[in-house]
Amino acid sequence: MEIERNPLTPASEIDLREGRGIESLRAASQHAIPDPEAWMNEEIKRNLLFTTVDGALNWARKSSLWPVTAFTACCTFEFIGASSPRFDIARFGMEVLRASPRQADLLVCAGTLSWKMAPQIKRLYEQMAEPKWVVAMGACAISGGIFHDSYAVVPGYNRLVPVDVYIPGCPPRPEALLAGFETLRKKIAKDSITRPRA
Amino acid sequence: MTTNLDLNSIALRLKEQYGQVVFAEPDYLEVTAGALPHIAGYLKNTPGLDFDFLDMVTAADYTDRFELIYRLVSIKNNTVIALKVKCGRDRAEIPSLAGLWKGAQNQEREIYDLFGISFTGHPDMRRIVLWEGYEGHPLRKDFKEKAYDAGN
Repeated sequence: MEIERNPLTPASEIDLREGRGIESLRAASQHAIPDPEAWMNEEIKRNLLFTTVDGALNWARKSSLWPVTAFTACCTFEFIGASSPRFDIARFGMEVLRASPRQADLLVCAGTLSWKMAPQIKRLYEQMAEPKWVVAMGACAISGGIFHDSYAVVPGYNRLVPVDVYIPGCPPRPEALLAGFETLRKKIAKDSITRPRA
Repeated sequence: MTTNLDLNSIALRLKEQYGQVVFAEPDYLEVTAGALPHIAGYLKNTPGLDFDFLDMVTAADYTDRFELIYRLVSIKNNTVIALKVKCGRDRAEIPSLAGLWKGAQNQEREIYDLFGISFTGHPDMRRIVLWEGYEGHPLRKDFKEKAYDAGN
């Protein structure tokens, strides 16, 4: 018995291209790929890399700076901008913002700090495991900014914690932040395990 | 439909009730500190006035006196008025309105914190913004910050 069919719609160029792609992949995938052990070059397997302990450690440390989630004021939003896809600090292994200071090694001081909040920030810094670094972001974090003579504001984070890099601006743009982080990475690269951090 | 209350008519009603403790100014009513709780209660609870919402309390330092400003809203009558109270700078004390409007509580604490005006009858009179042990009240005009006087 003859089945009645509706007339077929002519295939579009997209469908044809997809079909050709599938057909060629299928034709090329007719045999199982063997275990890499069987075919990998012997020299590649025995490859050696020579470096120093400092070099390897500093490379690992500067490539995975995890900031602690402790931001006090409006500079935070520039940091959020820097960590979002447009500026993308994930390129430098920094996108892992830790909610616990014990898992973080970078304190980004973003914004005005009041004396009432100061003990908490100091405590967060002390809870971070060594090695740890501090970046002062923006005028308020550097010197208190326009609030430098206020009764309520800490005139600069460096009264509480040792600051490694200062990023000026009010607020600094994400580009400035990236440049500051790059400066910090250069600083970390010069560290040595034989020389304890001050 | 809401009706707007006229400041003059409110002032007249208060004057009838309380006499010379009310001074009507063009934009606000000024009352004496002693009469403040009675007048505030009258404004809140009298039908036809119904100032049931305390929008804001703040203070100002005029170097020879403090002035407290209360912004009252009658939602029913779509009317906002300002009450002002003068207060001496030595042993500054004002009756608290926290019993009438609970929202006054934290704002009165803030005024105490920054101006050093204490509110009698307040349920929890202590600092709110600055920490315990802080010396002085920073929004007073004669406030000096010891730490910054030397250099900056």
